Amino acid sequence: MEKKILTTPISAADLEDIKAGDIIYLTGHITTCRDVAHRRLVEYGRKLPVDVRDGAILHAGPIVRKVDGSDDRYEMVSVGPTTSMRMEKFEYEFVKETGVRLIVGKGGMGPNTERACQEFKALHLVFPAGNAVLAATEVEEIESANWKELGMPETLWTCRVKEFGPLIVSIDTHGNNWFEQKKVEYNATKEEVLEDIYKHVQFIK
Amino acid sequence: MEKEKQVQIMTQQIADFVSYMARVLPDDVEAKIKELAADEKNPLAKTIYETMKTNMQLAAELKRPSCQDTGVLQYWVKCGSNYPLIGELEEILREATFKATQEAPLRHNCVETFDEYNTGKNIGTSVPYIMWDIVPGRDDVEIFPYMAGGGCSLPGSGKTLMPGEGYEGVAKFVLDLMTSYGLNACPPLLVGVGVATSIDTAALFSKKALMRPVSSKNPNEKAAYMEQLLEDGINKLHLGPQGMGGDKSVMGVNIENGARHPSVISVAVNVGCWNHRRGHLVFTKDGACQVLSHSGVKF
Repeated sequence: MEKKILTTPISAADLEDIKAGDIIYLTGHITTCRDVAHRRLVEYGRKLPVDVRDGAILHAGPIVRKVDGSDDRYEMVSVGPTTSMRMEKFEYEFVKETGVRLIVGKGGMGPNTERACQEFKALHLVFPAGNAVLAATEVEEIESANWKELGMPETLWTCRVKEFGPLIVSIDTHGNNWFEQKKVEYNATKEEVLEDIYKHVQFIK
Repeated sequence: MEKEKQVQIMTQQIADFVSYMARVLPDDVEAKIKELAADEKNPLAKTIYETMKTNMQLAAELKRPSCQDTGVLQYWVKCGSNYPLIGELEEILREATFKATQEAPLRHNCVETFDEYNTGKNIGTSVPYIMWDIVPGRDDVEIFPYMAGGGCSLPGSGKTLMPGEGYEGVAKFVLDLMTSYGLNACPPLLVGVGVATSIDTAALFSKKALMRPVSSKNPNEKAAYMEQLLEDGINKLHLGPQGMGGDKSVMGVNIENGARHPSVISVAVNVGCWNHRRGHLVFTKDGACQVLSHSGVKF
């Protein structure tokens, strides 16, 4: 199967045919953005110092190091997604304010993000977590660093990436939510499985 | 002077090992992931296993931490009561953690509570956390370093049940966690379950359970049976890697247990992500070090 590659800037039309469960790759720019950045934007009304309109954010706190002999240039050592659900309470407002198209993270997100993805045409995607060296080697360069006072994990690192992925679509623009659909299956099976286990663990009698 | 030298060497060896552990999986975990990947039929899950494999190769090759979240360091020590450096051990582990943080490098993950600032050193109040067991009469020390990542620490929870809820309640508690918080904790997980009296004892056992090798069994026959029942049961949910669906769900379930008050039965769960960074070292009284978790590492 041919690799599906999205390149920033991304339009709503680019995302139209992409469905939950699809695998894509990203070329262009992606900015790390997590807890405090979301809070600053949504709760304190601060403007994001990076324009991510039609672009991508990554829920991640990377390990970076200074490029030898430089004071303000950094290289990516290790970067991987963090739990996206922590940003769920902010994500509707975040997408609305910033116009971001791709939200990359780990695990599923909830109804706020679903609504944002459907209304403003955006995707939530999963980069398989724990694969931070692979992800780092797909970063060509860190082009800028903002809000550095937040420390290494929370700084907004804007990265130029090439075929960054695999990115698995967890929420598409049509309101499909892969994890929520899967959870229905998991929970239905769980009840049957438990009924069976109960029969074998009656150690207190 | 001799003691000083021994402390210095040991500190560096532990620091070097922690850096190594950040990029190479322990033998048991590597073997289990390989096995799960080989048996997987689901195309999405296969892609994820393929990604994991490439990542581990790159981490070893480029000598970088395989996951950006190198966790908060914890050490379980089983220390002989006659081990000569028993009084120095805590400082050795703190210093080794700091060294590894600079040398690996590890991410700065130690945030002081209430004052809410990152120490930037991975050491702070009770970090690294050390779980002490004193082994009477022995003169060596076993050390299990563990990198407790945020993702796999998040599902951690426990509950004190009434005996009427029984082991059935224990099973339900574990499975409910698997289909909720467990999905975000980077499956296939190693599931550590503690069953004991009050909540603190169950919690401690659940972490110790994660220090046991993946395919090991609880010495109590019934507990081992329950490990198997839970493992098979969770696998039937087909959670797959990253919780996105697949043929199986977990690396394994380890239960550690203690006796209980007749009125309560406590259960706690701690999980290890697929990138389960746990080591096992033994130091003799003279400082000779043996690595039991990772073959091919020698000091």
